[in-house]
Amino acid sequence: MKLVDHFQYGLNSPICLTWELTYACNLACVHCLSSSGRRDPRELTTDEAKAVIDELQRMQVFYINIGGGEPTVRPDFWELLDYAIAHDVGVKFSTNGVKLDKARAAQLAATDYVDIQISMDGATAEVNDHVRGPGSFDTAITALENLAEAGFQAPKISVVMTRENVGQLDEFKAIADKYGAQLRITRLRPSGRGADVWDELHPTQAQQRQLYDWLVAHGDQVLTGDSFFHLSAYGEALPGLNLCGAGRVVCLIDPVGDVYACPFAIHENFLAGNVRDAGGFKEVWEHSELFTDLRRPQTGGACASCQHYDSCQGGCMAAKFFTGLPLDGPDPECVQGYGEQMLAARDGDTVIPRSDVDHSRSAPRNSRTPKQPTMLSLAPPPRRPDRACDESPLAGFAPASAPAQAAAAPVAGS
Amino acid sequence: MSTKPVDTTVPGGAAGSFDPAAPYRVSESVSLRPEPFGALVYDFVTRKLSFLKTPELVEVVTGLEHHPDARSAVEAAGVPAAQHEAYLKALAGLLRSGTIVSR
Repeated sequence: MKLVDHFQYGLNSPICLTWELTYACNLACVHCLSSSGRRDPRELTTDEAKAVIDELQRMQVFYINIGGGEPTVRPDFWELLDYAIAHDVGVKFSTNGVKLDKARAAQLAATDYVDIQISMDGATAEVNDHVRGPGSFDTAITALENLAEAGFQAPKISVVMTRENVGQLDEFKAIADKYGAQLRITRLRPSGRGADVWDELHPTQAQQRQLYDWLVAHGDQVLTGDSFFHLSAYGEALPGLNLCGAGRVVCLIDPVGDVYACPFAIHENFLAGNVRDAGGFKEVWEHSELFTDLRRPQTGGACASCQHYDSCQGGCMAAKFFTGLPLDGPDPECVQGYGEQMLAARDGDTVIPRSDVDHSRSAPRNSRTPKQPTMLSLAPPPRRPDRACDESPLAGFAPASAPAQAAAAPVAGS
Repeated sequence: MSTKPVDTTVPGGAAGSFDPAAPYRVSESVSLRPEPFGALVYDFVTRKLSFLKTPELVEVVTGLEHHPDARSAVEAAGVPAAQHEAYLKALAGLLRSGTIVSR
């Protein structure tokens, strides 16, 4: 059995676990995959979050991808970061850069086993701020400057590819080179608020081809989170798993502890359980009905007879779901055009599912959750414990000169 | 099962050349996580993920520290004689990637 076949049947623990620490965010990006904005009063407490980290350590989840919302606006973010690292759970966190001033940059540069992804969705303020909001480009650039000045090695610049920025790929690369950063590009999904802008912002067929050609030429210098595997049907397989990892090697823990099959599938249909349930995350990962089901062999459905099925595997589950397409049919961005045909064939009777989880500041506050003060205030940062790495059995090892997770590793670099 | 027992995707550092008659052990910066196919390997220093693609290779690698040399670790793990050379080659790859080190 090939390795990738084993992955289809699921692993003992996830390889790529995303943990969104808060729904609170200082920005209101139009394509936010988690419809973030306001903190949810049910979010995990510091102690509950630490208990999850303890469990991830026991399950040997070697690193986690922390996001949000904007994770750094949680007052206990830095405490949880240190706690995870001290418990052999490496951290890569995504941020818009709002809290990365010179002092934090210096602190992070002195911390081992942490990676940072600065989100940037345009290589110019004009393109970026149109999607992410006024001032957000400058915030990201300032954060990159601070990290470079502090000597933080190889942060990532994380870009969601849109119709407006595909033409800027070389400019993004130049920005990354300028700040000693590594470029990471991912796919726009119709998840969260992304559903509202997907029609307008997702790359055209011609741009998909342009993107694929660029990836083939530069794939070894750029991270993709394995998110463009649907483009493999153009011909050459792209580096990575080329497989939907949802519930098999990938999952999401959301701020209230709900466990979803993937970060792009915040919807009750993909909700496997909650870390507060009996048995915790381990029980959900190993025994939830949903994950068990996702690990069964997939048939390919309408795509099974397509000669490209082996390379694209039918594409992204979440992209199909949130555009109202059947899960066993083509991806809406199928490079053979089958997805477009399916999209055009939708009619008034087609149900396009929407997530019932919405923390947008523009949305009415959920009546089920009483008003509570948010944690967004500029509280003093929690006191740092003694340097975690001094107590680590790995202390004394020289940090690698190579950036984390080279593209060569089959699934690293997500 | 793939005939290649290990992913040798990580090009070398200056770790010296592999000698089947020499003793080795798993690097202190490396953790192995058992999986149905074998094991997931994570190096906390280089932050690289790789895979040991057979349960036998996992036994060989974890057994290295209990044997006087690499070849006897391979033999003790019950690897068929015909595959000994392939497993020793895999160990050489793991030495280059820093997953195992001399002791």
